[in-house]
Formats: sequence, structure tokens, C-alpha cells
Amino acid sequence: MNQLNNFTKGFFKENAVFTLLLGMCPTLGVTSSAFNGLGMGLATTFVLVMSNLVVALIKDFIPDKVRIPSFIVVIATFVTIVEMTMQAYVPALFESLGLFIPLIVVNCLVLGRAEAFASKNNLISSIIDGSGMGLGFAMALTILGAIREILGSGKMFGATIFPEHYGMLVFVLAPGAFIALGYLIAFINHVKKEA
Amino acid sequence: MEYVLIVISAIFVNNIVLSQFLGICPFLGVSKKISTGIGMTGAVTFVMVIATIVTFFIQKAVLEPFGVEYLQTITFILVIASLVQLVEIILKKVSPPLYQALGVFLPLITTNCAILGVAILALGLEDTNIVKSVVFAISHAIGFGLALITFAGIREQLDLMDIPKGMKGTPIALVVAGLLALAFMGFAGIV
Repeated sequence: MNQLNNFTKGFFKENAVFTLLLGMCPTLGVTSSAFNGLGMGLATTFVLVMSNLVVALIKDFIPDKVRIPSFIVVIATFVTIVEMTMQAYVPALFESLGLFIPLIVVNCLVLGRAEAFASKNNLISSIIDGSGMGLGFAMALTILGAIREILGSGKMFGATIFPEHYGMLVFVLAPGAFIALGYLIAFINHVKKEA
Repeated sequence: MEYVLIVISAIFVNNIVLSQFLGICPFLGVSKKISTGIGMTGAVTFVMVIATIVTFFIQKAVLEPFGVEYLQTITFILVIASLVQLVEIILKKVSPPLYQALGVFLPLITTNCAILGVAILALGLEDTNIVKSVVFAISHAIGFGLALITFAGIREQLDLMDIPKGMKGTPIALVVAGLLALAFMGFAGIV
């Protein structure tokens, strides 16, 4: 039961984007379509789970003073792996995410979980926490991407829902990202208060 | 002329915060007051320029000759993290007043994606050289400052407004940022 709680907290109660406001740069930067959001979310999830795993294993050997730099090296290693894998197998997604893939390394969510959770808990809970938090992040990015895609170009995961020229172009561009996320967070705050 | 284009493009057209989405965390986090906004801008400018110069030489003198460009992310983030520490120690010793002004913002900068982002983007410029990279970094820092300080000014006014309950705090700030980004889109096409 406890582990289940540990897993589900990342989706709603402590969702990285909607409540903790961590990792905002990729959230706003890559969500011009639902597919990009999902790709970015899954890439971050992988880095998060792997870095939580390694940090939980090595936490007893790292002197307290150099723990943050050590965590950053661990995270950067997995980011490089993700970067090279994506370049090799999904070049189109790699192109559209661009600069934001190396920037996973400075995503405060990843370092935040390593520092706040994995460095204090055992291996199993750290992996569960990483996957819950990561998938919650992926879910938030996909929802935001889907909203922007359907409002901006009338599509959902690339399938046309209504003709493109009825779409509001601004939602695919930069201002739409801020405005859509603003209203989404307001909506979630409202639902939370009711619940 | 080329440099003028870089400057205008970095400050207005491709503003780092409002159109490239880098450095959103400090943009939302320290924009409650104009004075903290100015302090943050100073610290970011300082670190961004030094980081761009150092990473430029690492790329040209170490990574490229040895053919290990894939180590870029891991090297740059380590260099930037230690650079921030170094700048903090030196400032504390050499110029206490400046340390007083920028001190609290320095540790926050390590995880500011704008620094790493600009360092990587500067290497992607056409026939890049060190002068061009520095101009590029300074103008992006000015763009960051312009967006941050404008936004802080609006948020100070926002405190006096009557805002619906659910929109208070982050949601209204994001919507305001969206409108600001919309205004900056008016610059598109001048370069």
C-alpha cells in the first residue's frame, strides 16, 4: 500500500509540473504537439529512474560534501546515453526536441528527486519514486501537448480532428504555451479545492 | 553589421525566455520584485559570459581535437557547476559589495538551463569565433534581463489587482508571461 502511494503521488498530489512547478523549460518548450511532449516525458522518465537507481546504490560511498557534483555526473551520463540512442533510432523526434535533450541534465526535477528522495531511501522505493514522478511528468507534458496541438492545428497525435485553418496558430507558438499552462494549472487548483 | 543582427535577434526576436523557453525557473521564481530581478540579471550576465568563453575553448581545444564531442553535455555541466563555485569564492574575496548583491543568486544559477543552453547554442553559430560567442552571450543575457525586469514590474502591479481566486499566483503569472511573449512576437521579421 505504501509503495503504491509512493508511485501514484507523482501523478496528482505531487505532480512535478502542476504542483511543484519543476522542469518548466521543457514543459513549455517542447509541447507544441502531444507526440513531442510524450517523447520528452519518456526520455526524462528514463533518466530519472536510472539516476535514482544509481544514486540509491552509491549514496553510502559518496562523501557528503561532493554529493551534488557526483549526482550531476550520474545524471549527465544517462542524458548522454538517451541523446545518442534517440539520435540513432528516432532521428525525427531528436531533431524536433533539439537543444532540450542535453538540457534534461539541468532539469531541476531530476536533481531534485536524487537529492530529496534517492539519497535517503532504499533501492526499490527510489526506483518506484522515479518511475511515478517521471510518468507523472510525461502525463503532464502529453496533456499540455495535446491541448496545444488540438487548439493550434486541429490535430491529435497527428490525426486530423478538424481542418487546420480553423486552428488558432498562437497556441502552437510560444505565447500559447504560457497561456495554456496557466489555465491548466488554474483548472487543476480548482479541482483540488473541490476534492 | 553581422554583430548588430546577432544583438537584435538575441534581445528581441529570439528572446531567450519568451521565445526559446530557457531560464523559465528564475523567470518565474525571482520575478516578484524589480530589485531581485536586477540582481539575478547581473549574476546571469556574469556567469553566462564566463561560461561561454570557457566552454568555447574546451570545445575547440579538447573535445574536437580528440573527437569526443559526445562528451559535451557531461563536460559542460561539470565545468559550469565548478565555475559558479569558483566565481562565488573569488567574488567573496575580491569584491564583497558585489558578492552581497549577487551572492544569493549564484548557487541558483547552476541549474539555470539558460547558461548551458547559450553555451551550446553559441557553438552552433555560423563560422563561430570567440568574439562572436561573447557578443552572443552578452546579448542573450540582456534579453533575459529585459524579459525578467519587465515581467517583475508587471507582477508588482498585479498584486494590487482583483484576480479570480483560482487564477491567483502561478496561473495568472503564466498568462501574463504569455501576453508578454505575444508582444515580443511583434518583433518577428525585423531581422
